[in-house]
Amino acid sequence: MRQRAFLALADGTVFEGYSVGAEGSTLGEAVFTTGMTGYQEVLTDPSYCGQIVVMTAPEIGNTGTTGEDDEAAHPWASGFVVHELSPLASNWRSQETLDAYLRRHGIVAVAGVDTRALTMHLRDHGAQTAAIGTEGADALVARARDAPSMAGQDLTGHVTTRAAYEWTEGTGAWATTARPIKHRVVALDLGVKQSILRCLVDHGCHVTVVPATTTADEILALRPDGIFVSNGPGDPAAVTHGIETVRQLVGKKPLFGICLGHQMLALALGGRTYKMKFGHRGLNHPVKDLATGRVEITTQNHGFAVDAESLAGLCDVTHVHLNDGTCMGIEHRGSGAFSVQYHPEASAGPHDARYLFERFVGRMNGAAG
Amino acid sequence: MPRRDDLRKILLLGSGPIVIGQACEFDYSGTQGAKALREEGYEIVLVNSNPATIMTDPEFADRTYIEPLTPEVVEAIIAREKPDALLPTLGGQTALNLALALHRSGALERHGVELLGANVDAIRKAEDRELFKAAMEKLGLGVCKARVARTLEEADAAVTEIGFPAILRPSFTMGGSGGGIAYNREEFDHAIRWAFQQSPTHECLIEESVLGWKEYELEVIRDSADNFSVICTIENFDPMGVHTGDSITVAPAMTLTDKEYQRLREAARAVITEIGVETGGSNIQFAVNPDDGRVIVIEMNPRVSRSSALASKATGYPIARIAAKLAVGYRLDELTNTITNTSAAFEPTIDYVVVKWPRFAFEKFRGADPRLTTQMKSVGESMAIGRTFKEAFQKAARSLEIGRDGLVPLTGRVDYRNLLEEVRQMRQATPGVGYVSQPIREQVLPPATNEELREALLEIIETPLAERAWYLADAMRLGASLEEVHRATRIDPWFLRQIEELLAEEQALEAAQGQPISREALTRAKAMGFSDARIASLRGEERTAVAARRKHLGVRPIYARVDTCAAEFVARTPYLYSTWGRQTESAATDRKKVMILGGGPNRIGQGIEFDYCCVHASFALRELGFETVMVNCNPETVSTDFDTSDRLYFEPLTLEDVLEIVEEEKPWGVIVQYGGQTPLKLAMALARAGVPILGTSADAIDRAEDRERFDALLTKLGIRRPAGGIARGINEAFDIAERIGFPVVVRPSYVLGGRAMEVVHSRGDLARYFTVALQAVEDAEKQTILVDEFLKDAIEVDVDCVSDGKTVVIGGLLQHIEEAGVHSGDSSMVLPAHALPPEVLAAIRSSTRALALELGVVGLMNVQFAVRGSSVSVLEVNPRASRTVPFVSKAIGVPLAKIAAKVMAGKSLIELGFTKEIVPPHIAVKESVFPFAKFSGVDTILGPEMRSTGEVMGIAESFAAAFMKAQMAANSKVPESGRVFVSVRDDDKAAACDIARRLVDLGFQILATSGTRQVLDRAGVPNELAHKVREGRPHIVDRLRNGEVAMVVNTTQGAQAIRDSYTLRRQTLVSGIPYFTTIAAAAAATAALEAHREAPLSVKSIQEYHDDMRRIPLRHG
Repeated sequence: MRQRAFLALADGTVFEGYSVGAEGSTLGEAVFTTGMTGYQEVLTDPSYCGQIVVMTAPEIGNTGTTGEDDEAAHPWASGFVVHELSPLASNWRSQETLDAYLRRHGIVAVAGVDTRALTMHLRDHGAQTAAIGTEGADALVARARDAPSMAGQDLTGHVTTRAAYEWTEGTGAWATTARPIKHRVVALDLGVKQSILRCLVDHGCHVTVVPATTTADEILALRPDGIFVSNGPGDPAAVTHGIETVRQLVGKKPLFGICLGHQMLALALGGRTYKMKFGHRGLNHPVKDLATGRVEITTQNHGFAVDAESLAGLCDVTHVHLNDGTCMGIEHRGSGAFSVQYHPEASAGPHDARYLFERFVGRMNGAAG
Repeated sequence: MPRRDDLRKILLLGSGPIVIGQACEFDYSGTQGAKALREEGYEIVLVNSNPATIMTDPEFADRTYIEPLTPEVVEAIIAREKPDALLPTLGGQTALNLALALHRSGALERHGVELLGANVDAIRKAEDRELFKAAMEKLGLGVCKARVARTLEEADAAVTEIGFPAILRPSFTMGGSGGGIAYNREEFDHAIRWAFQQSPTHECLIEESVLGWKEYELEVIRDSADNFSVICTIENFDPMGVHTGDSITVAPAMTLTDKEYQRLREAARAVITEIGVETGGSNIQFAVNPDDGRVIVIEMNPRVSRSSALASKATGYPIARIAAKLAVGYRLDELTNTITNTSAAFEPTIDYVVVKWPRFAFEKFRGADPRLTTQMKSVGESMAIGRTFKEAFQKAARSLEIGRDGLVPLTGRVDYRNLLEEVRQMRQATPGVGYVSQPIREQVLPPATNEELREALLEIIETPLAERAWYLADAMRLGASLEEVHRATRIDPWFLRQIEELLAEEQALEAAQGQPISREALTRAKAMGFSDARIASLRGEERTAVAARRKHLGVRPIYARVDTCAAEFVARTPYLYSTWGRQTESAATDRKKVMILGGGPNRIGQGIEFDYCCVHASFALRELGFETVMVNCNPETVSTDFDTSDRLYFEPLTLEDVLEIVEEEKPWGVIVQYGGQTPLKLAMALARAGVPILGTSADAIDRAEDRERFDALLTKLGIRRPAGGIARGINEAFDIAERIGFPVVVRPSYVLGGRAMEVVHSRGDLARYFTVALQAVEDAEKQTILVDEFLKDAIEVDVDCVSDGKTVVIGGLLQHIEEAGVHSGDSSMVLPAHALPPEVLAAIRSSTRALALELGVVGLMNVQFAVRGSSVSVLEVNPRASRTVPFVSKAIGVPLAKIAAKVMAGKSLIELGFTKEIVPPHIAVKESVFPFAKFSGVDTILGPEMRSTGEVMGIAESFAAAFMKAQMAANSKVPESGRVFVSVRDDDKAAACDIARRLVDLGFQILATSGTRQVLDRAGVPNELAHKVREGRPHIVDRLRNGEVAMVVNTTQGAQAIRDSYTLRRQTLVSGIPYFTTIAAAAAATAALEAHREAPLSVKSIQEYHDDMRRIPLRHG
C-alpha cells in the first residue's frame, strides 16, 4: 500500500503525494528542473547537493537506471519529487528501476505530487527550503522553516574529492570526438560532473582531479597545460578558498570554468554574484554566443548568477541568455581565462556547446606554441 | 539577418483536396504562413484548389486562386502575378512536388521566381531514396539495407539481396502511398507492380525490414545561421511496420534515456544540415532497435508535415508561423515565442503527455485490406493532453467519436474467433490485390472459453489492425501477460504496463460496486482518465449517478495551460486542457462569451468543412466583441490554432467534458450547429442541462431528425417527400418495399455520411442488406431502418440558407451532376444550378423558406431536394452548417458561416445587409476526391454511402471550363487524344451515342463492349469492339493495363453487372485513367473537353470574381 508523504515549503505550503525511494525524511532547497530526459544525471549531479529536485516532466523512471549514466559515484540531490514514477524500467541499458536505485542510495522521494502546481509556486514565490517525508505536514513545515537558506552556504566541501586522482575515461561508445591524449589538465573539483571529465578526455586531455581546497601553488606544481574549474553546489560567494585559488591562477595557464567555476572566475576578478529568484534549471535554455551570433540550446543548473556590470572593463561578456539577458559567459581581457554559466558537457541535454572544450584545447595549444 | 527587403510578392501553394495523408494540417500551416508573411508586409498570392480551407478565404491573401494545382495552371498564375518568390514548404507533398515540376519545366527560371524554404537540391536529396541514403551514409548514420529499383528485373535482384520480409517504399508519394511489406516472393511480385504504379517516377525503394523496432520522430527547425531546435519528440506506440500516420503516437518520447535521445538529436541536426534545408521545419524519423539501441534513419520531410502540426499543438510552438518567418530571412533569435514572450530560439519542454490516436473508416470500404502497413490508411485523428500517459490515452480514446467511453472491453461486441479466421485469411492474401472479406460464418458456435479467446487474441494482435489497442487490452483482461502481449505486438513494455495499470484500476472500480465511491477513489480514477460514463459502467450505475456523486464531492477537473515551458514562465495565451490537480489556471474572464463546439477527428462525412465553419464563427463573434471559446480535439485544424479564438480548450467533445468547460467558462451561449454531427448530438442533453444553445433550438433539430416528427412537418407545409416508412426488422422492411416498389433506399435511422446506406433492387438484395451490411453498424440491433422510395434518375439539389427567424436568404442552390443514388457528399455539383426549369427553382426556394421559418431556424440550414421533371421532393433537412457552406461562400463571395454566427448572436439579416440570394455570373463546380487508391480491393463505383475524403472547386465563366478545372484539380488527367472505352447500361445508351459522337468529333477513338457497340453502330458512330473480361482475351482490362485507353465511361445497373465490371474499374483506378460511372458526369466531361479544345483555361483570383460581382448588377433568385 502506498504511504502518504508530503513536501512542505518554508512558506507553509504543503504538497501531498506518496512515499517512494528511501524511507525517512530530508531537507533541502526546493528547486525545479524542466528537462524531459536525464533524471539519473540530475540525481547524481553534485551541483544539486543540498537541494530537493522537482522534475516538471511528469513521467519519471521509464527507462530505469544504469551505471553508465551516473555523474558521480552516488546521487547528490537531497530529495526527489515527481508526478508519476514508473514501476517498470524499459530500456536495453537499464539495470535497476528508479525506485530501487533511490532506495539503494537512500534518497528520500515523493511521487504523486502535482509538480506543475509546485513549479508555479516556486516560480512565483522563489526557491526556498523544504522538507519531505512521511511525518505530519505541520512537523515538516516547521523543519523546512528551520533549515538554513542556500545563500551563504559553501557546500563544496561535501562534494569534492578527498584526494587527488587521475581521470582517463572518455565518453566511450557515446563519444563524437576522440583525440589522442596531448594535454595535461588539472581540474579543481568543486563538485565536478563526470561527463565534464569525460569530455576533457575525449578532447585529448589527461586530467588530474584535485580537491576543492588545493592551493594554486599545488596545482601549478602539477605542471598543467590548462586549468579547469568545475561546477558545484551552493552560494559562490561563500566559496572563498576557490575564489582565492582562481585569483592566483588567472594568467598563469589557460583557464576554463563551468557553472560554479564560472562564478569563481567572476568573483576572483572582482565581480559580484547574486541569487536568482528561482534560477535556471533545464535542458532548453537558449544562449547567444555574442562573437558568432549563433544560438546554442544549453543545459543549465544554477541558482546564482554573475552580475556582468560588476566586471565592466575587466571582462568581455561572451554569452548571454536569450530569455532574460543573464550573463552566460565571460572572458578575461588580460589572460583569456574564460568560463560559462551553463553546461557544455550537457549530460543531460543538447551537445550544442561542446565546442567550448575545443576552445579550451585550442588555448592550451596556443600557450604551448 | 532580418527580414528580406528584396522580396515583395510571395506565392504560397496549398495542398489541394483532403486526401489520406494530407488533411487539414496543411490548411493550418498555410493559414499560419500566410498570416505570418502578411504581418511582415509582403503581398501574398495563394493557390489552392480546396475551397473548404481557411487559407483560401479572400482576406488571408492579396490574391487567392482556387485553381487546380498543376504545373501549367500555376505557371499561368505566376505569369500573371509575377511573384518574386515561391514558398512550397507549407503545402505538403503536393506543393513540394509542384515546386519541383515548376523547376524542371524551367517555369521558375523563366519568370525569375526564387524558391524559399527549401531549395531544389534539398528537396531532391530528401525525397529521392537513393540520394537520401547516400547522404546518410556520408554522415555515418545507420540506414536500412536498401536498393532502388526502376524495373521489375532490378526489383528482383534487389529483393534477392535484401531478403524477406522486405519493405517497399515508392518514391515521391505521400502518406506512404503504394508502399507495403512483402513476406515472400509471391507477395513481392504483386506489391512491386502496385508500388511502381503509385510512384510518379516509377521507382521504388526495397528495404530491409526493421519491423518491431521502436519508432521516433523529431520535429526540428533550422534558420539561415544554422541555429537549430528540436520542437518536439514523438514516440510511436505501434512499433515499426505501421505508418506513423496510422500509429498511436505519444509526445514527448517516453522510453529514451538522455544519451539515446541526444544521439537522435545530433543525428537530426546532421541530417537537416546535410540535406540542406536552410530555413524552416523538417521532421526526421528514426527506428531504434530495442535490444541494443542501434539507430537507423528512416526518412525526413524537408517541409512542415502532419507531424509538425501535431507537434505545434502538442507543445504550443507555432512551427509553420516560425518557418514562414525564417524563410524570409529572420533568424530564430530575432523572433519571439508569443506564448511566453521569450525567445523563439529554444526547445519547448512540456509537463504533460500528449497522445494522438488515428481514426479509421474501413467500414466504408468493403473489401479493403484492414491491416496497418507502411501505407497510411487512417482518415483523421484525435489528440488528447493529460498529466500522465494513462490519462491522455483514455482521453484520446474517447475523443475518437466511435461511441467508446475510453479503453472499453470489446468482448461480446467483437466475435474474436471470427476475427481470428479473418486475420488468418488476410495473412494469406496478396498485397496489391487486396484481401476480400469472406461471408460471415453461418453456424452458431458454442460460447468461447476465456482461454480460447485469449489465445485467439494473442494471435490476432500479431497483425496490426485499427483496433489493436482495444484487442490487446481485452487479451490482458482475459489474463494474457505483459510479456505475451509484448511478444505478439513488440509494443514497448512501458506502454503495456500503463495499460495494465488502467485494467487494474478497472478491477478496483468493479470490485467496489454497491458502495458509494470515496473522494479518493474517484479522484484517482479520474486522474487516470476514466470518464464518468466508464466509471458508471464499471460500477453498474448510470453516468448521471457518477456525475452527481462527483459534483457532491466537489471532484472537478482543473484546466492547465499549454505553455511551451513546463510552467517556468507565465503563459499569456489561454490554450488549456483539463486534468486533475490543485489549481485551475483557466483564469476565466467575466466577458460576454460564446463557446464553439468543434467537430472532433476528421472522418468521411465530417471534415474540414465543419472546422472552417467553426473558425468563421470564432472570427465573426470576435468582430462583434464577444470573447470566443473553442473546444475541439483535432490537432490538424485551424480551429485548434491557439490564436483563432480567445481561448482554446483542447478537449474531447463528450457531454461530460463539454459540461465541465461550460461550468468553468459560463458562456453566454454555445454554438452546436457548426461542428457537424459531433456537437449536434449533444444539443439535447446540453439544453436539458441548462446550457444556452445559440440559434436553432435543440427541439427544432430533433424535429428535422426524428422521422415521424419530420413527416408531420412536411405534411403541415404541404411539401412532398419520397414514399417510405420505418421498419423494425426485416419483415416490416419487406412490407414497405413491396408497397412502394423496388428499388428502395435503405439506411439505419441514426447515421452520418450515408453510413450503411444502400439502394436495393430486390427482395434478395434487401435480405442480404439485413444480414451483411447492417452487421458493421454500431448498435445495429437498436437501429430502426428507413426504407424509402428510390427516385431513379432524379436530379438532386442541395440548398444552403441562412435564417434569422424572420428573414430567410438562400446562400446557394447547388445542382448535383450525378443523378440520385450517389451520396451528396460524393456528387459533383454546380452552382448556380443550371438546366433546371424556373418553376422548379421557384418551388425549391419557397419550400426552403417555408421549412426554415416553420422550424424556427436561426443560423444555417441545408436542404436536399430531388427533382424529377417538375416534381420536387424533399429528401433531408439539416438545420446546421453543411459540407457545402465553404464552397458556396467562396462561389458567391459572402461568408455565410460568419453571417449565420452573427445571426445566432442576435443580429438580423437586415442589420447585416444580407437579404437577397446572390446568383453569381460565373460558374463554380465542386468535385469530390476519393481514397480508393489507398484501399486495394475496393470497388470505386459511387453509391449512397459517402466515401470521399475531400473536395475541390473549379471556377470559371462557363460550366464546361469550370467542370474541366474541377476534374484537373481532383487529379484526373485530362486526355487530349486516344481511345475512350464506353460501356453503359441500357437506360444510358441513347445518351452514350451522343457522347461518343462528340468524342469522335474531338478526335478520340471509341472502344465499346458488344451491347453498347450495337447501339453505336446503329447510330453510325465509328467504334472498335472491346471484349468484356468474360469474353476472352485480350479483354478490356488487358487493354487498360497495356495503356491503350485514355478515358473510361462505364455505367452499370444491378448487382451482377456491378460485380462483373469491378475489375475494370479497379484497373482503371490503378492505371490512373479518368473514369466516369454516371452518364451525367460523362456528358459534362465531354462538354469540358470541347470547351478546352476551343479555348485554353484561364486563371482568375477569387478576389477578382468577387469584385466583378459587386460591379455587375446581379440576378437575384
